[in-house]
Amino acid sequence: MYLIKKKQVLCPSIFLMDVEAPRVAQYCQPGQFIIVRIDEMGERIPLTICDYDREAGTITIVVQTIGASTKRMMELNEGDSFHDFAGPLGKPSELITDDFETVKNKKILFVAGGLGTAPVYPQVKWLHEHGIAADVIVGAKTKDLVILEEEMSKVAGNLYITTDDGSYGRSGMVTKVIEDLVAEGKQYDLCVAIGPMIMMKFCVLTTKKFNIPTIVSMNPIMVDGTGMCGACRLTVGDETKFACIDGPEFDGYLVNFDEAMGRMRLYKTQEGEALLALQEGKTHHGGCGNCGGDK
Amino acid sequence: MGAPGFDRVPISEQDPKVRATNFEEVCLGYTDEEAALEAARCLNCKNPRCVNGCPVSINIPGFVTALKDGDLQKSYEILTESSSLPAVCGRVCPQETQCEAQCIRGIKGDAVSIGKLERYVADKAKELGMKMKTDKPSNGHKIAVIGSGPAGLTCAGDLAKLGYDVTIFEALHEAGGVLTYGIPEFRLPKEKVVAPEVENVKSLGVKIETNVVVGKSVTIDELMENEGFEAVFIGSGAGLPMFMKIPGENAKGVFSANEYLTRNNLMKAFRDDSDTPIFKPSKVAVVGGGNVAMDAARTALRLGAETTIVYRRSAAELPARAEEVEHAKEEGIKFELLTNPVEILTDDDNNVRGMKCVRMELGEPDASGRRRPVVIEGSEFELETDAVIMALGTSPNPLIASTTEGLETNKWKCIVADEEFGKTSKDGVFAGGDAVTGAATVILAMGAGKAAAKGIDEYIKNK
Repeated sequence: MYLIKKKQVLCPSIFLMDVEAPRVAQYCQPGQFIIVRIDEMGERIPLTICDYDREAGTITIVVQTIGASTKRMMELNEGDSFHDFAGPLGKPSELITDDFETVKNKKILFVAGGLGTAPVYPQVKWLHEHGIAADVIVGAKTKDLVILEEEMSKVAGNLYITTDDGSYGRSGMVTKVIEDLVAEGKQYDLCVAIGPMIMMKFCVLTTKKFNIPTIVSMNPIMVDGTGMCGACRLTVGDETKFACIDGPEFDGYLVNFDEAMGRMRLYKTQEGEALLALQEGKTHHGGCGNCGGDK
Repeated sequence: MGAPGFDRVPISEQDPKVRATNFEEVCLGYTDEEAALEAARCLNCKNPRCVNGCPVSINIPGFVTALKDGDLQKSYEILTESSSLPAVCGRVCPQETQCEAQCIRGIKGDAVSIGKLERYVADKAKELGMKMKTDKPSNGHKIAVIGSGPAGLTCAGDLAKLGYDVTIFEALHEAGGVLTYGIPEFRLPKEKVVAPEVENVKSLGVKIETNVVVGKSVTIDELMENEGFEAVFIGSGAGLPMFMKIPGENAKGVFSANEYLTRNNLMKAFRDDSDTPIFKPSKVAVVGGGNVAMDAARTALRLGAETTIVYRRSAAELPARAEEVEHAKEEGIKFELLTNPVEILTDDDNNVRGMKCVRMELGEPDASGRRRPVVIEGSEFELETDAVIMALGTSPNPLIASTTEGLETNKWKCIVADEEFGKTSKDGVFAGGDAVTGAATVILAMGAGKAAAKGIDEYIKNK
């Protein structure tokens, strides 16, 4: 069992937890992920590591409620435990493993969309601790969904916040901010974009225009997370890659986002059904056709 | 039917029509009377050829004779001297090509039903609360075992019986390896058979730490240098699924058998109370002809799909156990033999809608000695299906080899280890099972785990 040491609600649908997992905390690096399971019947949910404390032996995760399992996770509190917590999985970010002098001389732009702010944070923090100030764009639908702003402002070079509805910071999508920054004369040698697949797809289309190489972190459906099942396979260039062991970070120019987004929808109906069954209990049966497929 | 007769005592099975709709075990096992009758057929040969046919050299006439004499305790003790997982072996070993293939009774009539008797003794012993025993005191030497599948459990069990302090590290959240994630409930029940066998190994003092991905959470070198393990056994299996590399393979509705079976077995997706989803289309095609292909097909059938096995050679070459093929046919699975997919066809939204296949004929034997399938020109046709499950085999996960300094692998990424003791190129590190051989059987992995336990014991004694 893995103890939840801290829980913080960041907004109604997003929460942060510090979880005691000494083996994971001992060797994990920014860019890697973990797999968590609530209880006997829970799914294995992959989540990118948001922060870690090697001494305390804790890992910070940030979760958005999407399916039945994440909804149940939200109900857990400090002092409760997860049944399983495995990791670190996947490869660390190349920024951490590449030659430091090369990384140091790069002007790096991070683009974080929504929940993607969580996995961007440890990378920016690591660079900050190594004397590198990276610029960060954080985008969210609306003001309430902007997360980790204070933490990020402490480690980022320039922090640009934008909301789709203009309720906070700049107004518009993150791609618009990229274009604006370039127009303002900013130059970048590398972009790291993490967020919903659709956001990463458009980020890449934007950075391509300015010839900025772009790394993305893929979050497809997974089961084991150790290379065993192949559920997470993606087309990258001409090759099939497994996000869990070959990634999760890939060259964004080479990723087939349309295929990846399609694969994400495979269980959409079933996930919705499981969530509704949880919320509505016995009133929901599924498959009756009377509700037009919404329930 | 009578003893000692030429025919074996038949075993009861669930009716095919009924079992095709549930996940309960197919084979119901012998009753006390049936087991006694069947045991009486053993001739207790002076030179028991069956023992040579067993990869873990179980004293077969010994345990069968004890059973014949009505001494179940003794029968169980003889059985567990050589096998830590008798309830598993009795169910999934290919006895027809091993012990039973050597049985003298088989020359004129049926071989003794050794597998079913093993299963009977193991199940009965569990029912009566018998446990494996160790009388050796702890010797204080710490050994790490990586992977809790058949190789790891056997190696750990044998070492614990010798007094070693053994910890198994398992990457998944549940112990058992392929017994848990791979082989379905209807062949190997998890709560009734696998879990008690794992508990039995634990009762010898073996510790199991789940959720530890060796190579990621911790490396072998770190286990040895920082955590005081004096030797390590790698039984990490052959985890990586193979695909065909044909167009359309990344479409929605194409799965590796590993994924499909893991969702259903480990994650219990067939149960309503599981959060893990599984794809349930009306038509499923399974590509491959091994036990895993049969398992995937029979699972799809039970989840309500019309299911077809597509295999490129003929019935005679099917690598699956004859019993599994027979069971699959009885349950209504269709076989498209001498057929090979060349493309997966999709609709506008990238969902599988069919599979383009070609017919094959058998040509000259290839390197494996089996006749090579050759495409028949102009034989292309479309097979209608909503999902494709690829059961083409697996290869070892490179995770451990790539993070362990000085551990030699071959061109198939298999760890190089000697057969006698499982010794690898790295001092104090032993390996066995699918991680060494590539995908094989439960019992061969157990044999390798046993050999390595001996190797590790020798290594520690001579240190």
